[in-house]
Amino acid sequence: MNEIKENLENQEELSDDMKVLDELTSTEYKWGFVTEIESETAPKGLNEDVIRLISSKKNEPEWMTEWRLKAFRYWLKMEEPHWPNVNYPPIDYQDISYYSAPKQKPKLNSLDEVDPELLKTFEKLGIPLNEQKLLTGVAVDAVFDSVSVTTTFKETLKEKGVIFCSISEAIQEHPEIVKKYLGSVVPYTDNYFAALNSAVFSDGSFVFIPKGVRCPMELSTYFRINAQETGQFERTLIIAEESSYVSYLEGCTAPIRDNNQLHAAVVELVALDDAEIKYSTVQNWYPGDKDGKGGIYNFVTKRGACRGKNSKISWTQVETGSAITWKYPSCILQGDNSIGEFYSVAVTNNMQQADTGTKMIHLGKNTRSTIISKGISAGRSNNSYRGLVKIGKNAEGARNFTQCDSMLMSDQCGAHTFPYIEVENESAKVEHEATTSKVGADQIFYLNQRGIATEDTVNMIVNGFCKEVFNELPMEFAVEAQKLLAISLEGSVG
Amino acid sequence: MLVIKNLHANIEGKEILKGIDLEIKAGEVHAIMGPNGSGKSTLANVLAGNEGYEVTGGEIIFEGKNLLELDPEDRARDGVFLAFQYPVEIPGVSNATFLKTAINEVRKYHNLPELTPKEFLELMKEKSKILGMDEALISRSVNVGFSGGEKKRNEIFQLLMLNPKLALLDETDSGLDIDALKIVSNGVNIFKAKDKAVLVVTHYQRLLNYIQPDFVHVLYKGKIIKSGGKELALELEDKGYDWIKPELVESETV
Ligand SMILES: Nc1ncnc2c1ncn2[C@@H]1O[C@H](COP(=O)(O)OP(=O)(O)OP(=O)(O)O)[C@@H](O)[C@H]1O
Ligand SMILES: [Mg+2]
Repeated sequence: MNEIKENLENQEELSDDMKVLDELTSTEYKWGFVTEIESETAPKGLNEDVIRLISSKKNEPEWMTEWRLKAFRYWLKMEEPHWPNVNYPPIDYQDISYYSAPKQKPKLNSLDEVDPELLKTFEKLGIPLNEQKLLTGVAVDAVFDSVSVTTTFKETLKEKGVIFCSISEAIQEHPEIVKKYLGSVVPYTDNYFAALNSAVFSDGSFVFIPKGVRCPMELSTYFRINAQETGQFERTLIIAEESSYVSYLEGCTAPIRDNNQLHAAVVELVALDDAEIKYSTVQNWYPGDKDGKGGIYNFVTKRGACRGKNSKISWTQVETGSAITWKYPSCILQGDNSIGEFYSVAVTNNMQQADTGTKMIHLGKNTRSTIISKGISAGRSNNSYRGLVKIGKNAEGARNFTQCDSMLMSDQCGAHTFPYIEVENESAKVEHEATTSKVGADQIFYLNQRGIATEDTVNMIVNGFCKEVFNELPMEFAVEAQKLLAISLEGSVG
Repeated sequence: MLVIKNLHANIEGKEILKGIDLEIKAGEVHAIMGPNGSGKSTLANVLAGNEGYEVTGGEIIFEGKNLLELDPEDRARDGVFLAFQYPVEIPGVSNATFLKTAINEVRKYHNLPELTPKEFLELMKEKSKILGMDEALISRSVNVGFSGGEKKRNEIFQLLMLNPKLALLDETDSGLDIDALKIVSNGVNIFKAKDKAVLVVTHYQRLLNYIQPDFVHVLYKGKIIKSGGKELALELEDKGYDWIKPELVESETV
């Protein structure tokens, strides 16, 4: 019975989550509020002067300014991609302000020094930047608009030699590491949005785990877009040296907006020999109202390089937000025996559009990758999985397993799967499985018949459907993920 | 406990139940037999509130309440339990999570505090022992990959866990091996009490050796055409249904 007991304890937590689901009754976007903080915002528009302004505001060294300018000049020559299975009106890149920083004192020693308005915002979001949070072992690097406001737990990390700070700070304090790795996984030439990001990135996180160190806590960043009509361009760089390990959590919510907001982040991960990086995301940006008005455009380039042998990178993402999501966290499996994983839940409702998936590029011998994608479509939304598995010439013995499951909640929504497979090595094994199901009236009735109300039965069925992905998330994130799913799917069965 | 008056129901526009009258009192066990397609599962589903069936006439009174006005979940919370002929699979949701949620929903409805994990665990232990449930089955996803017999056993496990007032058992015996039939019947007998009632749908008299009915009804083409004591089941086993089919009986008398 021990086994059952253990299991029950897990279940216990899961059904506590069900309780959380009960509390969530409002169909309105729960976190739509605007904090009043004086922002320092650059005028709208993009040109070399604006880029120099951003760079100087951030006190950047010359090489950084130059890098930005090169990216900008490259971007000017590029065309916006239109191949994803999404539609949106043309974006006027001159109508966006590329820099916004909350006014604050330059250096903060403790939370007391943080703008109380800001702290209130975090509280509303349920991100208590206090002892409690610290005791749970999460160091929080909060990105508010574009500038990192507060970083906690740095001292403990410092002892281990772990660097966890804003990328702006890293450019100042650790230029040699930044120079070595920035753009080494996602060069600015990579794609339109990566080039734009390289030119104008405002802030983001920087993580460096030295050789042999297991990062003693999960590193967590909460992103938030605040100032109106401010594009947000985070830049994240995570480096795990030989035999090190880090688990990184990224989560975000955004306030209601009438104008679409562009978000084009770049995340680069580098894992050296025997290193492991686990990157988890719960993404809940404002998806727009029922008619698709407002909402965030989320065009993200996330890529990890398994440079060393036996290295491992896993991406886990739960995507419930954004009007449009265009995102393909990828792994480049260079090192022999390296492993890439992608676990994804993408929910679309109302008029949301998501084109998301992954790329697994197998270059080294015996490289392995696993892709588990769960797409849930409701309302009139469109949900596409787009994945590339590429096995290079030298990837002797490479293996991939892909499973794409789609669940439909209504008759008007769409689920699409675009798996691309390119195999250049005969010894490779690539498996692809795909299913599409509808939340069944018979399943709902079965659960109803045991006393569970329809809204809860749907949550239960959907959570069950996503289980394999939720299992990959750290516990508190799994709870968050279930909440978000419940919110985004409220009243959507039909 | 349950009074059904002149109940009519359709599926997709087709009339399946054509005027059912039935009264079940607390403490009683009723068996419904009848040929395939006669409407037995339809009756059970209509009682449980399956919205795939349209009630076109008649009344169902359960414990003084008009059942037809209640949602399926409220009927369940009020004590109507259906052991399904074809239990449904819910991937990714463990039996334990599912049952704990269900039990606490029912308790909440009756203003009872939720079971503590310990209480729940103990209840699970006790009830799973009665049914000789494999522990692994309890932690697995609801009915996923369960054999036919395991699914049926799981239905009765849920019955004991939820402990409702009225149990509707739709062919719970089909798919059970001889030993399992005894174990499952024993589970139902443990459930039986002065304040409980059971309606068993079955094709076989064998089950009724274990779960002794007070009344046996024959449903045929949406109507109860004959009712009797448990000896009626034996007679049916022996003679089949032809001898009571109204059209055949009538044509003989003509
Ligand atoms: N979804 C449906 N659409 C159309 N007809 C249906 C549907 N479901 C059931 N029926 C029909 O309703 C009639 C009664 O079915 P029901 O399942 O109640 O029979 P039953 O007495 O339980 O039979 P069995 O002994 O085979 O389980 C059958 O003729 C069946 O084909
Ligand atoms: Mg039937």
